[in-house]
Amino acid sequence: MGQYLLVTIQVDMHDRLAMSLQDDLTKMISETETRGVLIDISSLEIVDSFIGRMLANIAAMSRVLDAETVVVGMQPAVAITLVELGLSLPGVQTALNVDKGMELLQSSRNGNREMYGGRFN
Amino acid sequence: MAVVSTEQLPVKAEPDVVAARRRVREVSSQIGFSLVDQTKVVTAASELARNTIIYGGGGTMKVETLNGPRSGLRLTFEDRGPGIADIDMALRDGFTTGSGLGLGLGGAKRLVNEFEIDSRVGEGTRITITRWK
Repeated sequence: MGQYLLVTIQVDMHDRLAMSLQDDLTKMISETETRGVLIDISSLEIVDSFIGRMLANIAAMSRVLDAETVVVGMQPAVAITLVELGLSLPGVQTALNVDKGMELLQSSRNGNREMYGGRFN
Repeated sequence: MAVVSTEQLPVKAEPDVVAARRRVREVSSQIGFSLVDQTKVVTAASELARNTIIYGGGGTMKVETLNGPRSGLRLTFEDRGPGIADIDMALRDGFTTGSGLGLGLGGAKRLVNEFEIDSRVGEGTRITITRWK
Protein backbone atom coordinates (compact mmCIF):
# COMPACT_ATOMS: atom_id res chain seq x y z
CA MET A 1 0.00 0.00 0.00
CA GLY A 2 3.03 2.24 -0.25
CA GLN A 3 2.77 5.23 2.03
CA TYR A 4 -0.26 3.97 3.91
CA LEU A 5 -0.54 1.53 6.78
CA LEU A 6 -3.61 -0.64 7.29
CA VAL A 7 -4.09 -1.99 10.80
CA THR A 8 -6.87 -4.51 11.33
CA ILE A 9 -7.74 -5.25 14.92
CA GLN A 10 -9.14 -8.75 15.05
CA VAL A 11 -9.02 -9.75 18.69
CA ASP A 12 -10.60 -8.54 21.90
CA MET A 13 -7.56 -6.68 23.16
CA HIS A 14 -6.53 -6.58 26.76
CA ASP A 15 -5.06 -3.29 27.89
CA ARG A 16 -1.40 -4.13 27.56
CA LEU A 17 -1.90 -5.37 24.02
CA ALA A 18 -3.58 -2.06 23.17
CA MET A 19 -0.62 -0.19 24.60
CA SER A 20 1.88 -2.21 22.61
CA LEU A 21 -0.12 -1.63 19.42
CA GLN A 22 0.19 2.09 20.10
CA ASP A 23 3.96 1.80 20.56
CA ASP A 24 4.51 -0.50 17.57
CA LEU A 25 2.45 1.70 15.32
CA THR A 26 4.18 4.97 16.13
CA LYS A 27 7.52 3.26 15.66
CA MET A 28 6.44 1.92 12.29
CA ILE A 29 5.12 5.31 11.16
CA SER A 30 8.45 6.96 11.77
CA GLU A 31 10.51 4.10 10.32
CA THR A 32 8.52 3.71 7.11
CA GLU A 33 7.64 7.38 6.59
CA THR A 34 3.99 6.50 6.52
CA ARG A 35 1.69 9.36 5.55
CA GLY A 36 -1.58 7.76 6.53
CA VAL A 37 -2.86 5.08 8.90
CA LEU A 38 -6.14 3.22 8.55
CA ILE A 39 -7.30 1.38 11.65
CA ASP A 40 -10.02 -1.12 10.89
CA ILE A 41 -12.07 -1.83 14.02
CA SER A 42 -14.96 -3.64 12.33
CA SER A 43 -14.20 -6.78 14.37
CA LEU A 44 -14.27 -4.92 17.68
CA GLU A 45 -17.44 -5.63 19.64
CA ILE A 46 -16.86 -2.83 22.11
CA VAL A 47 -14.76 0.29 22.44
CA ASP A 48 -14.44 1.28 26.06
CA SER A 49 -12.64 4.31 27.47
CA PHE A 50 -9.28 2.54 27.37
CA ILE A 51 -9.48 1.53 23.71
CA GLY A 52 -10.96 4.94 22.90
CA ARG A 53 -8.03 6.64 24.53
CA MET A 54 -5.65 4.42 22.59
CA LEU A 55 -7.30 5.41 19.28
CA ALA A 56 -7.13 9.10 20.21
CA ASN A 57 -3.49 8.72 21.24
CA ILE A 58 -2.55 7.00 17.99
CA ALA A 59 -4.26 9.79 16.02
CA ALA A 60 -2.47 12.48 18.02
CA MET A 61 0.94 10.80 17.85
CA SER A 62 0.73 10.09 14.15
CA ARG A 63 -0.28 13.70 13.51
CA VAL A 64 2.87 14.84 15.25
CA LEU A 65 4.77 12.41 13.01
CA ASP A 66 3.09 13.99 9.95
CA ALA A 67 0.70 11.13 9.30
CA GLU A 68 -3.10 11.10 9.29
CA THR A 69 -5.16 8.45 11.04
CA VAL A 70 -8.62 7.31 10.02
CA VAL A 71 -10.56 4.81 12.12
CA VAL A 72 -12.85 2.75 9.92
CA GLY A 73 -15.62 0.19 10.27
CA MET A 74 -17.01 1.00 13.68
CA GLN A 75 -20.12 -1.08 14.32
CA PRO A 76 -23.28 1.01 14.89
CA ALA A 77 -23.88 -0.50 18.34
CA VAL A 78 -20.34 0.44 19.29
CA ALA A 79 -20.85 4.02 18.10
CA ILE A 80 -24.09 4.38 20.08
CA THR A 81 -22.43 3.02 23.21
CA LEU A 82 -19.34 5.15 22.80
CA VAL A 83 -21.32 8.37 22.68
CA GLU A 84 -23.39 7.38 25.69
CA LEU A 85 -20.23 6.50 27.55
CA GLY A 86 -19.16 10.10 26.99
CA LEU A 87 -16.36 9.46 24.55
CA SER A 88 -16.35 11.66 21.49
CA LEU A 89 -12.91 10.68 20.19
CA PRO A 90 -11.74 14.27 19.62
CA GLY A 91 -9.28 14.60 16.79
CA VAL A 92 -10.01 11.14 15.43
CA GLN A 93 -11.22 10.98 11.83
CA THR A 94 -13.59 8.16 11.01
CA ALA A 95 -14.98 6.58 7.87
CA LEU A 96 -17.51 3.84 7.25
CA ASN A 97 -15.14 1.37 5.65
CA VAL A 98 -11.60 0.88 4.37
CA ASP A 99 -12.40 2.25 0.89
CA LYS A 100 -13.96 5.42 2.25
CA GLY A 101 -11.13 5.79 4.74
CA MET A 102 -8.61 5.49 1.95
CA GLU A 103 -10.42 8.20 -0.04
CA LEU A 104 -10.34 10.40 3.03
CA LEU A 105 -6.59 9.92 3.46
CA GLN A 106 -5.88 10.60 -0.19
CA SER A 107 -8.09 13.66 -0.33
CA SER A 108 -6.59 15.17 2.80
CA ARG A 109 -3.14 14.64 1.29
CA ASN A 110 -4.40 16.55 -1.72
CA GLY A 111 -5.62 19.28 0.54
CA ASN A 112 -9.35 19.10 -0.13
CA ARG A 113 -10.46 17.53 3.08
CA GLU A 114 -13.60 19.69 3.18
CA MET A 115 -15.18 17.53 0.50
CA TYR A 116 -15.56 14.70 2.93
CA GLY A 117 -17.24 14.48 6.30
CA GLY A 118 -16.20 11.85 8.73
CA ARG A 119 -14.93 13.79 11.67
CA PHE A 120 -16.29 12.15 14.80
CA ASN A 121 -17.12 14.96 17.20
CA MET B 1 -38.21 -10.42 40.78
CA ALA B 2 -36.30 -13.66 41.11
CA VAL B 3 -32.65 -14.43 40.64
CA VAL B 4 -32.46 -17.20 38.06
CA SER B 5 -28.75 -17.87 38.09
CA THR B 6 -25.66 -16.63 39.88
CA GLU B 7 -22.01 -17.05 39.16
CA GLN B 8 -18.85 -15.35 40.27
CA LEU B 9 -15.71 -14.54 38.29
CA PRO B 10 -12.33 -13.36 39.54
CA VAL B 11 -11.29 -9.84 38.52
CA LYS B 12 -7.68 -9.79 39.58
CA ALA B 13 -5.52 -9.31 36.52
CA GLU B 14 -5.85 -7.79 33.06
CA PRO B 15 -6.90 -10.98 31.22
CA ASP B 16 -9.82 -11.21 33.67
CA VAL B 17 -11.26 -8.02 32.13
CA VAL B 18 -11.39 -9.75 28.75
CA ALA B 19 -12.93 -12.85 30.34
CA ALA B 20 -15.50 -10.70 32.16
CA ARG B 21 -16.47 -8.95 28.92
CA ARG B 22 -16.85 -12.30 27.16
CA ARG B 23 -19.02 -13.80 29.90
CA VAL B 24 -21.26 -10.73 30.12
CA ARG B 25 -21.67 -10.85 26.34
CA GLU B 26 -22.71 -14.53 26.47
CA VAL B 27 -25.18 -14.09 29.30
CA SER B 28 -26.76 -10.91 27.93
CA SER B 29 -27.18 -12.60 24.57
CA GLN B 30 -28.83 -15.63 26.26
CA ILE B 31 -31.24 -13.28 28.04
CA GLY B 32 -32.15 -11.90 24.63
CA PHE B 33 -30.78 -8.37 24.90
CA SER B 34 -30.63 -6.40 21.68
CA LEU B 35 -27.18 -5.95 20.17
CA VAL B 36 -27.05 -2.34 21.35
CA ASP B 37 -28.04 -3.31 24.90
CA GLN B 38 -25.49 -6.13 24.91
CA THR B 39 -22.82 -3.70 23.81
CA LYS B 40 -23.79 -1.19 26.49
CA VAL B 41 -23.69 -3.66 29.35
CA VAL B 42 -20.46 -5.29 28.14
CA THR B 43 -18.83 -1.86 27.90
CA ALA B 44 -20.02 -0.91 31.39
CA ALA B 45 -18.64 -4.22 32.70
CA SER B 46 -15.32 -3.55 31.02
CA GLU B 47 -15.01 -0.14 32.69
CA LEU B 48 -15.95 -1.45 36.13
CA ALA B 49 -13.78 -4.56 35.91
CA ARG B 50 -10.79 -2.42 35.01
CA ASN B 51 -11.55 -0.08 37.93
CA THR B 52 -11.75 -3.08 40.27
CA ILE B 53 -8.20 -4.01 39.30
CA ILE B 54 -6.60 -0.57 39.03
CA TYR B 55 -8.24 1.15 42.00
CA GLY B 56 -9.51 -1.77 44.08
CA GLY B 57 -6.45 -3.99 43.80
CA GLY B 58 -8.57 -6.80 42.35
CA GLY B 59 -11.83 -8.41 43.39
CA THR B 60 -14.77 -10.27 41.93
CA MET B 61 -17.64 -9.86 39.52
CA LYS B 62 -20.94 -11.53 40.34
CA VAL B 63 -23.25 -12.20 37.40
CA GLU B 64 -26.95 -12.67 38.12
CA THR B 65 -29.74 -13.19 35.66
CA LEU B 66 -33.07 -11.86 36.84
CA ASN B 67 -36.61 -12.87 36.08
CA GLY B 68 -39.92 -11.31 36.96
CA PRO B 69 -42.07 -8.79 35.17
CA ARG B 70 -38.92 -8.09 33.16
CA SER B 71 -35.79 -10.11 32.71
CA GLY B 72 -32.48 -8.50 33.30
CA LEU B 73 -28.83 -8.79 34.16
CA ARG B 74 -27.27 -7.67 37.41
CA LEU B 75 -23.51 -7.37 37.84
CA THR B 76 -21.78 -6.75 41.15
CA PHE B 77 -18.14 -5.69 41.33
CA GLU B 78 -16.58 -6.02 44.72
CA ASP B 79 -13.12 -5.28 46.04
CA ARG B 80 -11.39 -4.81 49.35
CA GLY B 81 -9.34 -1.89 48.18
CA PRO B 82 -8.91 1.57 49.69
CA GLY B 83 -12.49 2.65 48.95
CA ILE B 84 -13.66 5.88 47.35
CA ALA B 85 -13.41 8.97 49.55
CA ASP B 86 -15.69 11.22 47.50
CA ILE B 87 -18.21 9.28 45.43
CA ASP B 88 -19.81 12.37 43.85
CA MET B 89 -16.42 13.49 42.66
CA ALA B 90 -15.55 9.99 41.39
CA LEU B 91 -18.72 9.93 39.31
CA ARG B 92 -17.93 13.23 37.65
CA ASP B 93 -16.73 12.99 34.05
CA GLY B 94 -13.09 13.81 33.68
CA PHE B 95 -12.20 13.22 37.31
CA THR B 96 -9.57 10.55 37.87
CA THR B 97 -6.98 9.68 40.46
CA GLY B 98 -5.35 7.34 37.94
CA SER B 99 -4.13 7.80 34.41
CA GLY B 100 -7.40 7.16 32.59
CA LEU B 101 -9.91 9.54 31.06
CA GLY B 102 -12.12 9.70 34.12
CA LEU B 103 -15.08 8.32 32.22
CA GLY B 104 -15.28 4.85 33.71
CA LEU B 105 -17.69 5.29 36.60
CA GLY B 106 -19.91 8.02 35.20
CA GLY B 107 -19.89 6.40 31.78
CA ALA B 108 -20.80 2.97 33.17
CA LYS B 109 -23.67 4.59 35.07
CA ARG B 110 -25.07 6.08 31.88
CA LEU B 111 -24.98 2.71 30.11
CA VAL B 112 -27.23 0.85 32.56
CA ASN B 113 -30.67 1.26 34.09
CA GLU B 114 -29.68 0.99 37.74
CA PHE B 115 -26.40 1.88 39.38
CA GLU B 116 -25.57 1.50 43.04
CA ILE B 117 -22.31 2.22 44.74
CA ASP B 118 -21.33 1.36 48.27
CA SER B 119 -17.83 2.29 49.29
CA ARG B 120 -16.08 2.63 52.62
CA VAL B 121 -12.66 4.17 52.95
CA GLY B 122 -10.20 1.51 54.07
CA GLU B 123 -12.67 -1.33 53.54
CA GLY B 124 -13.55 -1.56 49.88
CA THR B 125 -16.05 -0.83 47.18
CA ARG B 126 -19.11 -2.59 45.84
CA ILE B 127 -20.77 -1.42 42.65
CA THR B 128 -23.97 -3.01 41.40
CA ILE B 129 -25.38 -2.35 37.95
CA THR B 130 -28.59 -3.67 36.43
CA ARG B 131 -29.74 -3.60 32.86
CA TRP B 132 -33.33 -4.63 32.10
CA LYS B 133 -34.44 -6.19 28.88
